[in-house]
Amino acid sequence: MTVAELEKMACKLRIDVIKMVGVGQKGHLGGSCSLGEIISVLYFYRMKHDPKNPKWEDRDRFILSKGHAALIQYAALVEAGYFPRTEIDSVKCLGAILQGHPDMKTTPGIEGNTGSLGQGLSMACGMAAGLRLDKKNNKVYCIIGDGEIAEGQIWEAAMTASVFKLENLIVFLDKNNLQATGQITDRYDTNPLIEKWKAFGWHVAEVDGHNIKGIIEILNEVDKVTGKPKIIIAHTIKGKGIAFAENVASFHNGELTKEQFDQACAELNKKINLL
Amino acid sequence: MKLQNQRQVYGETLLELGKENKNIVVLEADLGKSTMTCLFEQEFPDRFFEMGIGEANMTSFAAGLSLTGKIAFTNSFAVFAAGRAFDQIRQAICIPKLNVKIVGSSAGLSDFGDGATHQSVEDIAIMRAIPNMTVLAPADGTETRKMVRKIVGYNGPVYLRINRHDLPDLFPEDQEFVIGKPYLIREGNDIVVFANGIMVSRAVQAAEELEKEGISVRVVNVSSLKPVDENEIKEYASNVKGIVTAEEHSLVGGLASVITYILRGNGLPLIPVGIEDRFGQSAHSYDELLAEYGLTSEYIINSVKKLL
Repeated sequence: MTVAELEKMACKLRIDVIKMVGVGQKGHLGGSCSLGEIISVLYFYRMKHDPKNPKWEDRDRFILSKGHAALIQYAALVEAGYFPRTEIDSVKCLGAILQGHPDMKTTPGIEGNTGSLGQGLSMACGMAAGLRLDKKNNKVYCIIGDGEIAEGQIWEAAMTASVFKLENLIVFLDKNNLQATGQITDRYDTNPLIEKWKAFGWHVAEVDGHNIKGIIEILNEVDKVTGKPKIIIAHTIKGKGIAFAENVASFHNGELTKEQFDQACAELNKKINLL
Repeated sequence: MKLQNQRQVYGETLLELGKENKNIVVLEADLGKSTMTCLFEQEFPDRFFEMGIGEANMTSFAAGLSLTGKIAFTNSFAVFAAGRAFDQIRQAICIPKLNVKIVGSSAGLSDFGDGATHQSVEDIAIMRAIPNMTVLAPADGTETRKMVRKIVGYNGPVYLRINRHDLPDLFPEDQEFVIGKPYLIREGNDIVVFANGIMVSRAVQAAEELEKEGISVRVVNVSSLKPVDENEIKEYASNVKGIVTAEEHSLVGGLASVITYILRGNGLPLIPVGIEDRFGQSAHSYDELLAEYGLTSEYIINSVKKLL
């Protein structure tokens, strides 16, 4: 896809997210929308994968460690064709394939179970080590959140990736500056990020997480780094693309009124038409 | 009777299996010289992962390895393997039913000197409570070897509980181990003792003593705590006057819970032998500790007599 197409895709994914959140139901809107561009680049530009053959041996792997942002991943999976569009209408319904958090057993294209935070990075490390053991050159991508990294296991995994020199592991840190109950800097400050990850032996890069071209360029750049794991600190806006939800902590797992629902869809459709 | 150490047998079996199956990988949390995964490490350094003292990360990492087709064995003391990594086992391994084997070493009170922090009185209860988990507690070295070989061929999560000390061999060499099957160790028709782990050998001792007094005791080794063949348990609990359960574990959630649940409503009197609702503690010997917690053949003998 071209940069313009990927920009459109990010908007389309956000519309799908809004549809999955629906009206009058709780849903993880904020942390899903902050990932619109990163997910678009990964699924529609960067990763080797085959929706017709989700278990294709030579695919790249992706673990959404901040599993509560599942809706944006579901949106990408449905756009890519992993399952029919009708499935997103029944998200979180009893018996649905799309659970509240990613479940590899029910959802084609999901690579591992996450939701209890702080564990996905360790899983991604294990995958990277397993692929290397098989002498495969596939990459493992993982997204963690700046609230999530309060979990100590993240730092166990940070050491592990470095100890085992997992150069096939690329992590995005979704730095949207909000945790569920407010500003990270006010609530539980996980900063400074660059210094911490460098100290743990990682190659650290930064990007505007809503700039498609920038995301592509930084991925190409970190590819050249060998011998260590890579983390891209993505500066993002929680609730990005929906004016009334941007930077509002309560939309971490919030409800939309009918008016808000319509307004959000209209804003994103308008942006798509302008692109 | 031949004595074998479950840890040693486990380490040797893992090494043998490593030669047969290149998909087997072993993860260790800095206790390899105790859990005996050091044997695998020496032969297969590429497939051995020293994860440092970080059981949570080790466990999720093992899930990741299994997602690339590996059969992953995680190793630590039982109290850490099952307790420290509970949520990791639950989310990453058991919900999607991944092929990871959690091996809890120095289980029960067998790490006698280290006290309550290192003794696992509740690991079986914790692991049994997780859906999709298989829970095994071998009685001796031979059964340990057979179990380890068996679970490699089973595609799903398993918790395996390993004792630290030499134990008498009771499991027949020519007997196949089947997950879920209780094994008759000794026939008798007055009382049945359902036991597992070290308590199987204690139950056999008790039965031998009681035989001299004309009391006939059936001993059944319930080494599979989940799943367990309920019909076979009911069968073994028939044509007797009472039931004893014996386990080196809390009476909350272990073998006593398994047996009383299966035999609910059968009307026979039952005495559970196990650790009352309390933690372990340090002692100078394993036997001293087992005696303090009532985990002896004498205690089983008294329980049998109470039922007659």
